[in-house]
Amino acid sequence: MAKQDSKQTWFFKVGLILTVFMVTIILIGQFWTPYDPAEQNVAAKSLSPSFSHLMGTDYLGRDIFSRVMEGAGTTLFIAFFVVLLGSAAGIFIGALTGYLGGIVDTVLMKICDSITAFPSILLAIIILKVLDRPGKWTVIWVLAILFIPSFARVSRTEYVRIKKQNYISLARLEGASPARIMALHILPNAFPVLLPAITIGFNNAVLAEASMSFLGVGVSATEASLGRMLSDAQNYLVTGLPWYALCVGGTIVLLILGFSLLAEGLQQRRK
Amino acid sequence: MRYVLKKLAVMLATLLVLSFLSFAAFEMIGDPVTTILGTNATPEAVAELRAELGLDRSLFVRYFEWLGRFVTGDFGTSYIYRLPVKGMLGEKLVNTLVLTLMGFALAVVISIPLGVVSARNEGRWLDRFLTVFNQIVMAIPSFFVAILLMVVFGLVLRLFTPGTFVSYKDSPGAFLIYMLFPAISIALPRVAMTEKMLRTSILEEMQKNYVRTAYARGMSRRTAMKAHALKNAMLPVITFLAVGAAEMLAGSIVIEQIFSVPGIGRLLMVSIGQRDVPVVEAIIMILAVWVMLVHFISEILSEAFDPRMRS
Repeated sequence: MAKQDSKQTWFFKVGLILTVFMVTIILIGQFWTPYDPAEQNVAAKSLSPSFSHLMGTDYLGRDIFSRVMEGAGTTLFIAFFVVLLGSAAGIFIGALTGYLGGIVDTVLMKICDSITAFPSILLAIIILKVLDRPGKWTVIWVLAILFIPSFARVSRTEYVRIKKQNYISLARLEGASPARIMALHILPNAFPVLLPAITIGFNNAVLAEASMSFLGVGVSATEASLGRMLSDAQNYLVTGLPWYALCVGGTIVLLILGFSLLAEGLQQRRK
Repeated sequence: MRYVLKKLAVMLATLLVLSFLSFAAFEMIGDPVTTILGTNATPEAVAELRAELGLDRSLFVRYFEWLGRFVTGDFGTSYIYRLPVKGMLGEKLVNTLVLTLMGFALAVVISIPLGVVSARNEGRWLDRFLTVFNQIVMAIPSFFVAILLMVVFGLVLRLFTPGTFVSYKDSPGAFLIYMLFPAISIALPRVAMTEKMLRTSILEEMQKNYVRTAYARGMSRRTAMKAHALKNAMLPVITFLAVGAAEMLAGSIVIEQIFSVPGIGRLLMVSIGQRDVPVVEAIIMILAVWVMLVHFISEILSEAFDPRMRS
């Protein structure tokens, strides 16, 4: 069993280190970048990675590393608010339906089921294209709403499980209000299950934002995000600038990998 | 049988609601008249075109007219191109479906043996390697897999030329070879997820009492897994694969744009942009039918694997 344990902490540790590392670099990128991300330099265009340009330069001579630092910030900003809004609403709905039960529970869960049956990325693409209003807040609202059902489901299951326990009946006998029980008695105990769900939400949000912007329905043309940069980079793949796409894509992979390892580790620690 | 009929009724009701909702959505965001005539058109010209396309009538009249035609298999006429929607979809739909099905087949064929191998070797180096490898593969979005495949196989090894799509009508062989790379792109993340799911599911089943009984009857771990645990372990995997089949259709819509495969994905994007409601409506219905169909099949299959679920 000792072997198993070492592997479990290994996932968590690597995930934590990777996530902290990526988030730190991205946060630094909001205040300082090695070069001005928008500065064009004709003398240094389409360079391969080197010590002066860690990820090389693009077709206009802009430093790709600086641009990635900035663009990943947009991606992370979107992911943060999608998870914040989606999980807050989802946990709230799950708590209500799980704790109170009854007809509201049945109806809301049926709606959640039919929404989750459809691939959320497909729904997001269609809705964003129909709205036709590119920008990070549009992406945030659409994705946050589409993410609600998955959080609601996890939260509901936990509330249903915990409300049957004795200490909850006791709290009820003592006259605690349903709101108090839901927020103060159940929520802290549901947290070990909600936390991995929130972490995996980051994973999905980064992936969704990148897909949306890659297809051109996500952020607007003036906001650089990882997905938009990758679709830009894709045009220069064939003309011999593979570094651009590889570095941007690699950054997306590292971000997602960090969150998924962290979620995996959190889930395993719970057991 | 009654169960199947009930399921079908729910599916039809969902399709009805969905088709009306998407119809109503376009009512709110505007019609294609400005797209066709431009913003400088005279009110008379706008009114004339509206009447010609039948847009001057109420939403409900138009919806039920569309529905009446749709159930008889008439998908209507494109507002923009004035062509039958069916003809516009034809080959594109085949391309997208072939891509999705190839991806699905690859995912099943690769992930299930790997999951079994990983579970059988639990804790050994092969299992550990697969687990770590899986976790990394899961983090690579399919559109980046597509780009990596293009760089490695297209630009470095020159096994195929990106962007030179061959229609199945011209050369079925070349078509399938070209489609292999986009199919791998949509399958790979799913392979990793399904493998992990199956491994976990098998190992959970192996802890159960009936497997202990099998050991007591003198069965080896390997036989117990093959004869008893695997069948039960497949249940959650079947449901997961159904979700996978639905996600893969969504994935192929993204991937076909990278590999310049003329599929329904780009047609959907263009048609939404042009407010070409009949085309959009037809594609949304096709996507919805696909999603429901795979869930329906997975439920039937689950029952075949586990008769207890027949209730």
